[in-house]
Amino acid sequence: MTSILFFEQLLNGIQFGTMLFLMSAGLTLIFGVMGLINLAHGSFYMIGAFSAALIAGLTGSFWLALLASLSGAAIAGVLIEILIIRRLYRRDHLDQVLATFALILLLSEGVRWCFGAFPLYLDIPENLNGTLPILDDIIYSKYRLFIIFMGLLIATGLYILITKTRLGVRIRAGQNDRQMISALGVDISKLYTIVFALGASLAGLAGAMIGAIQSVEVGMGEPILILAFVVIVIGGIGSIKGALIGSILVGVTDTIGRIFLPELLKIFMEPASATSVGSSIGSMLIYILMALILIIKPSGLFGKT
Amino acid sequence: MIVEKIFNKWILVFLFLIPVLGFIFEEPYYITLTTKVVILGIAGIGLNLALGYCGLISFGHAAFFGLGGYVTGILSFHDLNSELIFSWPFVTSGSSEMLVIWPIVILSSAFLALIIGLLSLRTTGVYFIMITLAFAQMLYFFAISWPNYGGEDGLSIYMRNSLPMINTMDPLTFYFICLCWLLIVIFISAKLINSSFGMAFQAIKQNEERVKSVGIETFKVKLLVFVISGTITGLAGSLYTDLNRFISPSVLNWQMSGEIMVFVILGGIARLYGPLVGAAFFIVLEQTLGGYTENWQFWLGLILILEILYVRTGILSLFEKKLKYEK
Repeated sequence: MTSILFFEQLLNGIQFGTMLFLMSAGLTLIFGVMGLINLAHGSFYMIGAFSAALIAGLTGSFWLALLASLSGAAIAGVLIEILIIRRLYRRDHLDQVLATFALILLLSEGVRWCFGAFPLYLDIPENLNGTLPILDDIIYSKYRLFIIFMGLLIATGLYILITKTRLGVRIRAGQNDRQMISALGVDISKLYTIVFALGASLAGLAGAMIGAIQSVEVGMGEPILILAFVVIVIGGIGSIKGALIGSILVGVTDTIGRIFLPELLKIFMEPASATSVGSSIGSMLIYILMALILIIKPSGLFGKT
Repeated sequence: MIVEKIFNKWILVFLFLIPVLGFIFEEPYYITLTTKVVILGIAGIGLNLALGYCGLISFGHAAFFGLGGYVTGILSFHDLNSELIFSWPFVTSGSSEMLVIWPIVILSSAFLALIIGLLSLRTTGVYFIMITLAFAQMLYFFAISWPNYGGEDGLSIYMRNSLPMINTMDPLTFYFICLCWLLIVIFISAKLINSSFGMAFQAIKQNEERVKSVGIETFKVKLLVFVISGTITGLAGSLYTDLNRFISPSVLNWQMSGEIMVFVILGGIARLYGPLVGAAFFIVLEQTLGGYTENWQFWLGLILILEILYVRTGILSLFEKKLKYEK
């Protein structure tokens, strides 16, 4: 019984982790290439989810909705990059933090204005509803497996993009030496816009996919944004590999910790207090993990020192 | 600079006048609003020491604000229920005396700032921003999931904590208590900034390597600034709980950290009165725009972005320049 529960929770953790990866990959790319700390990344998650809900409401197709989340967030990303973000690359981190904090207020209220304060719902398509038996006696939600699959697909896609394509070469060059690649004739501001839009669209896709299991509402992006920050701090800012490993680590620790810490504490304590202490510590676990990693390696697991 | 000093005097005059006028015309709401400005101003002045003067971009000052608030709330809660807070290793009961609560708030915020500072100051730049944010979130989630003190719903304390021979429930009296704290905090900050220690932490903002090279242990200096900064913000949190007679995890939320930061930036970074002006501007904006539209934060966001992109140095500097050109 416990081993089945454990396996299920492990899969939940991995599923959560792959979604975190979609968020943190964009965040870490944007930081690595442009040196920008973008608090408004969670807003693209929200914009993606709302675009998907809008299109799903109009057409009834989940796949078109996913496409809409990608393109909606990308379009918003391009607009915001050109209007505002572009002016922030040369500023210090404090200005970036504040300007993107202000952007969150602007975008959240803007979306609330357009869509109202009530949450919207996105339906999971018929053929992904229900469960799938994996291994002998373990059944697991098809949709969550689909999310894991999509996450892995995109991680592979990103890997190919970064290592095998011309754009990837430019992105890596941009991470190493910004001045040099603009001196070599690469249109750096176009590259920045593309990277920003890429990050935004990944966040948007994550928003739409999670929006289908939870609800689509204003402010949905911020909790996951902060987790994505934890991920990239653990993984090392600027490293996509770090983001992948950090995501899975955070996703699994969080899910497993919340479920099993109260159980574990019941061995030592009375059940009632074990539940409350366990769930409190469980919700803090990833932050404790981050603090520990930073004490051992202040620049994260794969960060440049 | 001289003009700014005159302006600062006017701020203090206003701070005396507005609530008194509110009292005379029987508009206690304005007294409460001004009290809020003063308390948030204190929180901002605390952050300004670390952020404005020493360049430590803490995105987690809500942790101290919330801790100060919760310590106040919990002490008072236990006093009302006459329950012990804990009976081991020594017997500890609650209290609703501000004179007892304040020292405990100050010590506990300083202790929290010491721990967070010791860990976070190992990192710099973006890592520092994010790790301070993460520590604040850690407390936030703890406050939400810990059921004893209301969890997500927060904790009400029915009676404002008391001072001997003073009726703190009277809005004007409570306002002047807060104003006293504001003056003390401004006085301490001014002394600090102009001391040799102050020179050291302001120099660290400019160039930490050089400060190191003249033999100053910059880590200790930064840690001390961070502790003082966190303590002041913690004290503001305590007053805030007393003002509202309510504390909830929302004051620990990262948006609170952002707002305290906004006070500092709106008013003018590394200016003694900056956070106070910023907090006043924020509250005025909330009250006026909030009256017209539910989406006032949209406009706040817009103003902030424009400020950061084009003005960059805060309200006080705008005022200063304008007067200089007029001469």
